[in-house]
Amino acid sequence: MTNSEKNRLKDKAFQVFGIFCTFIGLVVLAIFLIDIVIEGIGRIDWDFLTSLPSRRAARAGILTAWAGTLWILVLSALIAFPLGIAAGIYLEEYAKKTKLSDFLEINIANLAGVPSIIYGLLGLELFVRFMHLGPVLLVGALTLSLLILPIVIVTTREAIKAVPRTIRDGSFALGASKWQTVWNQVLPASFGGILTGVILALSRAVGEAAPLIVIGALAYVPFVPKTPMDEFTVLPIQIFNWTSRPQAAFLTNAAAAIIVLLLITFLLNGIAVYLRHRQQKKIKW
Amino acid sequence: MRVQEKIIEGLLWLSAAITILVTVSIIWVLLSESIQFFSEVSILRFLTEKEWTPLFADKKFGIMPLVAGTFLTTAIAIAVALPIGLTIAIYLNEYAHARFKTIIKPLLEVLATIPTVVYGFFALTVVTPFLQSFIPGLAGFNALSAGIVMGVMIIPMISSLSEDAISAVPRSLREAAYGMGSTRLQTAFGVMVPAASSGILVSVILAISRAVGETMIVAIAAGQQPRLTLNPLVPIETITTYIVQVSMGDVPHGSLEYRTIFAAGMTLFVFTFLLNNLSFWIKKKYQEKYD
Repeated sequence: MTNSEKNRLKDKAFQVFGIFCTFIGLVVLAIFLIDIVIEGIGRIDWDFLTSLPSRRAARAGILTAWAGTLWILVLSALIAFPLGIAAGIYLEEYAKKTKLSDFLEINIANLAGVPSIIYGLLGLELFVRFMHLGPVLLVGALTLSLLILPIVIVTTREAIKAVPRTIRDGSFALGASKWQTVWNQVLPASFGGILTGVILALSRAVGEAAPLIVIGALAYVPFVPKTPMDEFTVLPIQIFNWTSRPQAAFLTNAAAAIIVLLLITFLLNGIAVYLRHRQQKKIKW
Repeated sequence: MRVQEKIIEGLLWLSAAITILVTVSIIWVLLSESIQFFSEVSILRFLTEKEWTPLFADKKFGIMPLVAGTFLTTAIAIAVALPIGLTIAIYLNEYAHARFKTIIKPLLEVLATIPTVVYGFFALTVVTPFLQSFIPGLAGFNALSAGIVMGVMIIPMISSLSEDAISAVPRSLREAAYGMGSTRLQTAFGVMVPAASSGILVSVILAISRAVGETMIVAIAAGQQPRLTLNPLVPIETITTYIVQVSMGDVPHGSLEYRTIFAAGMTLFVFTFLLNNLSFWIKKKYQEKYD
């Protein structure tokens, strides 16, 4: 075999390996989803969705868990959405290129890399101990809001950055003030992108268990939370609790709860992808 | 009108400034509790003792077993994710059709959107029994299956960041390599990967940082036995798992046991902080090399 033939063979071999690697992750994902569905789908019925937790696997349901997850989703959105967008607008439209804005930028990048469990320790000391709020929904939502804040800020900035300079210049030329320009031109034009980022961040928050365990959210909550000051559990904590038990029946429950959690996560991601797609099609500068 | 503009700008500034407040709070919380911890347990003991048993009657406060557990699961995860992720990045850039790339990238991203507690379930109930079928000595809780599953989760992180780095290499370099008669493989490893090496390094460092801080997979599948070992087949405990373990129990607030989670958290924070800033530094130093 000549050298060039050898090289061509190696090239082909790597191509096959490349295809293999590209699909191995997806194959694992598929095996895993199929396994979960086979194990858990039979357990999902109206009773499972509407029953309180129980020590007996066959009677246990996820009502309190998914109610808690929905509460957390809505509260985190209400806190992180305005805060993150406001910060993003400031950094992109107002901040001058100074040492301080450089520092803000590095700081946000750093916050995005802090492990979620550290945010749990922050929530535990700051909200539960220092402010005496207890391990309630509001504290869970505040903790997760701080966790996703860097993501919301970064995606807001990217969406705003995509709005061309000419739009702003046109607005200023008509005599609009800075804020009028931001509010009437920049924000509407970038809102689709911002919303996509916020929804992706929320889908991350919905899947988090570790920080909520650290602030003291319980695995066993025998009531549906009525106000943000009630104690709570969420789907990931319920799944963790059931997975940690030795009895096989609880693993079936965990698989069923995972199906519900994945449906929520995929739904949120699906909405985000749809919004991004629509945004890309609609706007042509 | 001017006043209103100023007030709005002030409010927006305040929102941005909250992020600094968050950082300060994190450091304050970790430091204040850790300082109290280290007033009772010397830093020397913390760093040199070979056992971690703060919840037992005979208390030992050596962080090394938890660090070893964290290192072990992280190393396994990177050993899985780096070759696969990098190969995907190269394949998508040098071999695949552009259309294939636009379809496969979002699909790979799905791997990163799945909640980690779900990966933990997978590691414990599918991967561990599967590995046990041909590794007889494998315990029910072990670093190996937790690490492998964590690696699968991290694949899209390495593949998409590395892919960005490789596609940022100027076309002319690739064309020059082809012009010399190189195959796609030779172009990839002889020219593109070296040229994108700083970006690839950044992706790996960020992946390590992510793996070090990962909690639920290891809490479910790797065990809760702090052990100074590099054996992937036995139960271990990571820093993050220890924090979860204590949080689930009822350790009284203000006790020494309670403060151990902040000392452990501080250790974790220092690791991830150093890794993240190393990646920023590399990014800043080597970016725009070709502009």
